[in-house]
Amino acid sequence: MSSQVILAAEGVNKSFDGFKAINDLNFYLDEGELRTVIGPNGAGKSTFLDLITGRTRPDSGRIVFGTGVGEEITSKKEYEIYQMGIGRKFQTPSVFTEHTVFDNILLGLKGERGVFKTLFAKPGSEDRDRIGQVLKTVGLFEKRHDQAGSLAHGQKQWLEIGMLLAQDAKLLLVDEPAAGMTDEETHKTGELLLSLAGKHSIIVIEHDMVFVRQIASKVTVLHQGHVLCEGTVDDVQNDPEVRSVYLGRGKH
Amino acid sequence: MRKPESLIMILGALLLLVVLPLLNAYGTPGSTFHVTDYNINLWGKYLCYGILAISVNLLWGYTGLLSLAQCLFFSLGGYALGMHLMLKIGKLGQYYKAGNNPLELPDFMVFLGYPELPLHWIPFSSFWFSLLMVFLIPGLVAFLFGWAAFRSRIKGVYFSILTQALTYAASLLFFQNKFTFGGNNGLTDFKTLLGADLNAPDVRRNLYIATVLLLIAVVALVKWLLGTKFGKVQKAIRDSENRVLFSGYATTSFKLFIFVLCAIIAGAAGALYVPQVGIINPSEMTTDKSLEAVVWVAIGGRGTLLGPVYGAIFVNALKSWATTAYPDYWYIILGGLFVLAVLFAPNGIAGLPQQIRDIAAWIKRRNAPEPAADATPA
Repeated sequence: MSSQVILAAEGVNKSFDGFKAINDLNFYLDEGELRTVIGPNGAGKSTFLDLITGRTRPDSGRIVFGTGVGEEITSKKEYEIYQMGIGRKFQTPSVFTEHTVFDNILLGLKGERGVFKTLFAKPGSEDRDRIGQVLKTVGLFEKRHDQAGSLAHGQKQWLEIGMLLAQDAKLLLVDEPAAGMTDEETHKTGELLLSLAGKHSIIVIEHDMVFVRQIASKVTVLHQGHVLCEGTVDDVQNDPEVRSVYLGRGKH
Repeated sequence: MRKPESLIMILGALLLLVVLPLLNAYGTPGSTFHVTDYNINLWGKYLCYGILAISVNLLWGYTGLLSLAQCLFFSLGGYALGMHLMLKIGKLGQYYKAGNNPLELPDFMVFLGYPELPLHWIPFSSFWFSLLMVFLIPGLVAFLFGWAAFRSRIKGVYFSILTQALTYAASLLFFQNKFTFGGNNGLTDFKTLLGADLNAPDVRRNLYIATVLLLIAVVALVKWLLGTKFGKVQKAIRDSENRVLFSGYATTSFKLFIFVLCAIIAGAAGALYVPQVGIINPSEMTTDKSLEAVVWVAIGGRGTLLGPVYGAIFVNALKSWATTAYPDYWYIILGGLFVLAVLFAPNGIAGLPQQIRDIAAWIKRRNAPEPAADATPA
């Protein structure tokens, strides 16, 4: 294994009631890479993210995170995996609607997570600066005093990405960021992700091929829980197997 | 916090803590400005319910955990102090006076033919031990139960059902006198607390004042808690637990902490309730009592600081009146109020001023453009 790899999944299997959601999956992500994962519905994309974040455990195989030797994460709890530096944005935006935009980032901010520490923790000026910086990155600084519930759909998605940035996540898992966005919002999201690549390693799951073309250097196609092929957007779109998988199942 | 709320809190605290006790102690009996001993006692009881309601709200309104075990914790606190009060009856007990209770056992034990005081009763003759148990027993039960429930990721309605089952099981055990706590008659006929006569007006007034002080302390605690990062995490758990979990917080620990804290608050309220009403029995820990507390919170204002207290006082004052005036219709009135609150006043009594302002603003807006519309010729 090259020392550049930050996430490696090897021989991973996961079934739900006999349905093989993930089938002998092998996946490698380099540090600082922005990878897009596509695939038809039911290909196992979201399950894959669930396995990385500890929401579900694989039946067999291993997932290793970190450069160098890395650390096995397959048996860790959600918050432990989080603490290693993996952040996830859900498919449907999940922000704290009753909190302000500022407080959403505050809760995401890297730092103490214990019950008693949070009772007596006071956000310092350093924290405020960091929160301001994150909000500027995702373009929500002007909205910092607004309730997160009052944001537009696209802005909620950015806020959630901001929460991952606040935690200093090394690996960002971004599930369908462009879903339900206008073309302009989609484009801005693409630029945001491109600007974050390099500093962070990113896995994006997406359906929107215009968006994929905008951000992707390397694309992984999942089919029936298995990597069907990997390559550039053009390689993948011209691959006969990929075409048959998509066309055979009808247009999305 | 908004200014009017702080003002209401200060005025309310002054009224309850200073004005009512003074009017009780120095008002001329029969005059408008006299608060009777009966009423002071009644308010003491309402405020104990208010503290109980705060514990329900801190869980349900602020953390999204609908616990139906709060009355159990309330009763456990009550029993812990009740045991001490029983042991302090001593020579004033009926059987002792009749000359056939040389060991000064609580009367029900003589009646049930206990040869001696059960082992676990012995330390309760100490007031300070009993006071410690008032906090420790509800806290410990909540810790063990909460640890098992939250660790297994039991959420939402399943959590409510489990707490209901816990309460039901406990009430059955108490009804059947499994723990030697007097079965369905419970503990009663208390005489003294720390040597003071519990039936004396000034002692009752002091118990009332202690209740107000506890209420103020609990409101202050909740207000402080909600302002901390912990409070933010707590509300975030209510709104999106998954996001909190994937933001690296072990939500289990947070829920467990708040569940134990609320059990202790409820237990403390129960301990003040028992000497004021003079009895504790298992009917206080049934699930319908817990559900009543939920109704107080809904009517008073779920997720508001003072709403639960308003709700507890309002509903119980209404109950005192309605159960004499219309005894057959009380549950219909209560159910109707609950439905009305859910449909038309989602923030309950505490939210009414804002709701009225909103309606006024809406009427103003609706009326304002009309002349302009009329002025434009068709």
